[in-house]
Amino acid sequence: MGIEQLYIIILACIVAASCSLCGVFLILRRLALISDAISHSVLLGIVIAFFFVHDLNSPILILGATLTGVLMVYLTELLISSKRLKKDASIGLVFPLFFSISILLINLFAHDIHLDQDSVLLGEIAFTPFRLFSLWGLNLGPVSLWVMGVILLLNIAFVAAFYKELKLSTFDSGLATMLGFFPTFIHYALMSVVSITAVGAFESVGAILVVALMVVPPATAYLLSHRLSHMIALSLLFGILASLLGYLMAFLLDVSIAGSMAVMTGILFFLAFIFSPSQGILIKFLLYHKQRLLFSANMLLIQLLDHEGTHTEQTENTVSNLVIHMQWSYSFANKVVTYALQHGFVNRSNDFLTLTSLGREKARHVSVMDS
Amino acid sequence: MIAEFFQFNYTLTIVMAGAFILGISSGLLSSFAVLRQQSLLGDVISHAAFPGIAIAFLIMMTKDPLGLFFGAMVSGWIGTLFVNAIVRFTTLSYDAAFGIILSVFFGLGIVLLSYIQRVPSSEKAGLNSFLFGSASTMLYQDVITMALFSLIIILFIFLFWKEFKLLSFDPNFMSSLGFPVHKLNLLLTTLLVISIVIGLQMVGVVLMSAMVIAPAAAARQWTSHLGTMVLLSGFFGLLSGVIGTLFSNFIPHISTGPMIVVIVSFFVVVSLLFAPHRGLIWNWIQNYYYRSNIRANSMLVNMLLFSESQTDPYHCHQLSALTAIGRGPALRAMKELQRQQYVRNPEADLWGFTKRGYQKAQHLQATLFKDDHGY
Repeated sequence: MGIEQLYIIILACIVAASCSLCGVFLILRRLALISDAISHSVLLGIVIAFFFVHDLNSPILILGATLTGVLMVYLTELLISSKRLKKDASIGLVFPLFFSISILLINLFAHDIHLDQDSVLLGEIAFTPFRLFSLWGLNLGPVSLWVMGVILLLNIAFVAAFYKELKLSTFDSGLATMLGFFPTFIHYALMSVVSITAVGAFESVGAILVVALMVVPPATAYLLSHRLSHMIALSLLFGILASLLGYLMAFLLDVSIAGSMAVMTGILFFLAFIFSPSQGILIKFLLYHKQRLLFSANMLLIQLLDHEGTHTEQTENTVSNLVIHMQWSYSFANKVVTYALQHGFVNRSNDFLTLTSLGREKARHVSVMDS
Repeated sequence: MIAEFFQFNYTLTIVMAGAFILGISSGLLSSFAVLRQQSLLGDVISHAAFPGIAIAFLIMMTKDPLGLFFGAMVSGWIGTLFVNAIVRFTTLSYDAAFGIILSVFFGLGIVLLSYIQRVPSSEKAGLNSFLFGSASTMLYQDVITMALFSLIIILFIFLFWKEFKLLSFDPNFMSSLGFPVHKLNLLLTTLLVISIVIGLQMVGVVLMSAMVIAPAAAARQWTSHLGTMVLLSGFFGLLSGVIGTLFSNFIPHISTGPMIVVIVSFFVVVSLLFAPHRGLIWNWIQNYYYRSNIRANSMLVNMLLFSESQTDPYHCHQLSALTAIGRGPALRAMKELQRQQYVRNPEADLWGFTKRGYQKAQHLQATLFKDDHGY
């Protein structure tokens, strides 16, 4: 593996870590789609700032982009508070306009430079090793690695410094206001950090895949843990894992690196969606069937108890009657009876069922609980 | 220049027809999406449709429009199913589900696109145009396919008008009436998917979502009647489609999608500002009128209070005295009252009732105080 590939892998990991760190709070605040809106709007700032400084590596670009990101959030909230449009429509109106204006500006004035519309969407992480940062004649590695590294540090510093404020204003904004924590300030600070991160990541993975890195790893973590600190750790883990696996996939299949990273976040999410021990559909499916079996076994015991010693006992307390009476299938009825037999609640002679003393006690207990 | 502008050649006719169809179908459907607060679903569907286009191309190895449409539709539809599954089975919100499906499907599309770039095929060029839309690559058969699908949409809106109306405003009531709400919901979402897929080639996957929000957002400001809103939003849609396409056709290097979105956003801004009753400027004017009316009325009542201490109700008072017990700019209120001939101003600083004004003040006091004290 050459040094170029190493640069790309490190950059991918840093991008993923920064995005998934601020993404945790977006997911918890139900602002996931704001990341989509911001990642589209920052382009306008980049384009406008570029026309002023004519340098794609200038830090002014990041400043301009951050400002347009925050401006977009502000305009969206203004539109919501005007009560003329609902929240979803307001979000969906402002950022496409910002994005359209920036694409048109690129079309009109910058169609011959490197800022073309495809790289805006797709990113160009593969070009990372070609733009090197040198100081006093020393080669210090790729520029984007330095920029993204600073952004990651900023993210870590922000979350570490405002951990308690972020936590409180995320989960109970009313209490945060009452205690004097200025949730609005925290909100806009978070939006600024998201914008900065989006700008940095934008260059590497493009506008839409930023969303994948900001939303999917935290959402995956959310399926596995509801503790904020655990969620942050898991989210970082999944983000970095997805970028490593994504690079591997892109390398093996010779396809887009950024796209593969997004697909990998999706696959990790899908795995958590199925296998999560608390929220996964597999565990829910198993629990559902177990509960159905337990409930049906209780029904069986009550049925046997009700008809015990009556003159209809011979016809009522049979497996075939269960099929008719309870509308169970033969196989399910057999499953329930087997369960009851295994636990020593009933005895079976051919079709006929009788309660054991344990079963009788259990049936009384259950029916008392029912009434 | 102008002659050139109106010289409709074959390509332009096709493109205009496409823009017309796209505008109508997305405009009509956008009303339902906005009213049901599902505007962002459009964003998800358009991004989720992208891998479908790539897969359809990989299967057919040609850019047959019907095949690409079908691929986009299936993939967009699967995206919405996944969204529903995530929301149903986990505690994640719609918002998060939207973000996940949108970005992962789009990522898959990018992966497939980069794979297609390596496949030797003469037809692969132009698949990129699905990102931002390109009117110039449209062909006659594209427009025919678009027209076909949009006719289906119009037909279904016409047939299920009553159901969709009820679904938009009160789905709970609807289900209590015994309508199959879930199935109708699915039908409406399918129509939304179709209308988005129709626009993908012209507007592109990235910005198509704006086309299923903006026309209705603009139309909503002008009316509170669903029928009018749907028609108006269809009109806004086709107008911005046609204008945007014209612009992008005559200005070099311009992508069609962003141009159409800028035009339709312009309609939204104009509607938000100037629409009667709901427009912001309309509201400011109305508020200004109400405020000056209240100011003038309370000035009249205050003057009545003063005149009760005099034997002559038409006695004039100094403005400073009236300012002392009133609120706000007294002189402006007086000028307004003088314009309506309720007060007279015989000397520089002295103001008193006219006969008309005295009657008005008495009437105001009778009605206002009655309200205030409840007798």
